[in-house]
Amino acid sequence: MANFSTNEFRSGLKVMLDGDPCSILENEFVKPGKGQAFNRVRMRNLRTGRVWERTFKSGETLEGADVIDLTMQYLYTDGEFWYFMEPDTFEQHQADAKAVGDAYLWLKEQDNCEVTLYNGSPLSVAPANFVELEIVETDPGLKGDTAQGGSKPAKLSTGAVVKVPLFITTGEVIRVDTRTGEYQNRASKS
Amino acid sequence: MIPVPVNTRTAPASPEPAATRGPVLRDWQPAASTALLRQRAGLLALIREFFAERGVLEVETPLLCRSGITDPAIEPLQVCSGRSIGADGRYLQTSPEYAMKRLLAAGSGSIYQVCKAFRDGEAGARHNPEFTLLEWYRPGLDHHQLMVEVADLVCHCLGPRPWQALSYRDLFLESLDIDPFSASVDTLCGIARGHFDVGNLEGDRDLWLDLLLTHAVEPWLAGRGICFVYDYPASQAALARIVERDGYWVAERFELYVDGLELANGYHELGDEREQRARFEADNRLRRQRGLATRPLDEQLLAALAAGLPACSGVALGMDRLLLCASGESDIRRVLAFPWERS
Repeated sequence: MANFSTNEFRSGLKVMLDGDPCSILENEFVKPGKGQAFNRVRMRNLRTGRVWERTFKSGETLEGADVIDLTMQYLYTDGEFWYFMEPDTFEQHQADAKAVGDAYLWLKEQDNCEVTLYNGSPLSVAPANFVELEIVETDPGLKGDTAQGGSKPAKLSTGAVVKVPLFITTGEVIRVDTRTGEYQNRASKS
Repeated sequence: MIPVPVNTRTAPASPEPAATRGPVLRDWQPAASTALLRQRAGLLALIREFFAERGVLEVETPLLCRSGITDPAIEPLQVCSGRSIGADGRYLQTSPEYAMKRLLAAGSGSIYQVCKAFRDGEAGARHNPEFTLLEWYRPGLDHHQLMVEVADLVCHCLGPRPWQALSYRDLFLESLDIDPFSASVDTLCGIARGHFDVGNLEGDRDLWLDLLLTHAVEPWLAGRGICFVYDYPASQAALARIVERDGYWVAERFELYVDGLELANGYHELGDEREQRARFEADNRLRRQRGLATRPLDEQLLAALAAGLPACSGVALGMDRLLLCASGESDIRRVLAFPWERS
């Protein structure tokens, strides 16, 4: 991979740092009136998700990281690996639990999601912002209850537990914002 | 019936096929608002009025220079071809300092200049590789007397406000509780590493002082209005005189901060030709150590110093940053008509 100098660090650039692929978020050039210039760089470690700031001497270089984000279809899990397919090439990739992280709570078979490949292997998985999932377990709905009022926990087909309004019943399909884990609305049964 | 005049210069009603047109450039437009362009023009008028009242002469010097600059932390841009350009190329000036000192040595008296300066690789929210400097020199004044005049000018431009001055040593003592002159390199490095992730950064005492200044001290200055910092470590003298003060060698140099933004750098100017030559040579040794190209010395400046520079102080003030202060903008790219990406 090519090397990148601090003055080429742009938001979104993927570089190797201390053996891990990292994504650059912000790059601030600082210099006293006379003397050494520095770059204060906010970045995300793509392996751990940690976001932090590292200072470099201006002009230092880092090696680019072989990282790409691809939209893939989630196929299934065998309990140990989760399998994804590139829609154009039908090429399949297996991701381990570390790469999938908490995303498994929102993965429904045949749904599209973003898979980040590092040196050709899945490094992380991001579900779609909104997913529709079936409720497999919740307290019985209360007749006559409307949209306002309290909420109750409901377990979804993936194992995720979200808070839903009291009138929602087992077997219904709901729409959830995966970024916050919040119930959005009822979806038509699929 | 009156014939409808046909304006052949207007675009045809139906657009040409996209394939035959050039790309649609959206960055032709200025980045700064017309109000900011007016504010810049207003500042220039105030500055010219200020110096006219004080009998300081406005001058111009060349932007393209035969000699570069030896300062290891400043990289000039070079112009390498053209019928008027010799085999060695020419440098775009990083500041008008050397040429203005030649004028002073020739007896110009007090002078000022508003000009463009260029520094390679300096770009960000507070830097543009091409920027505007206001630089002036006052024979007979030392750096403390010049600080008073700088404060007068800034108040003339931004409106009256209080100001203070702190020595570099007191600045570090008050903000970080460290003595920058007596603390060991290990202590400075330890404090920096304790507060910031600096990876495997290595360097000398000045590197750690610069890191603490930019990362910790400048934010501390942010809430403190107009503040001058003076008497820098001798190793950071650049072109300032060096004197002994309270048992330490200090450079008679100052910086002006306005709410943590570095706005100006001034010196009680070094006039000794031999010492200036030795500093240039030391710069070049440092450049070699760091793997940077060495720069030919500006012999015309050295000859002017040998002929006699009047005792004087001088200061360079960033005009674009002054406009940041005046307008309340925080990003230099919004006060330039065409910042680097659009130029």
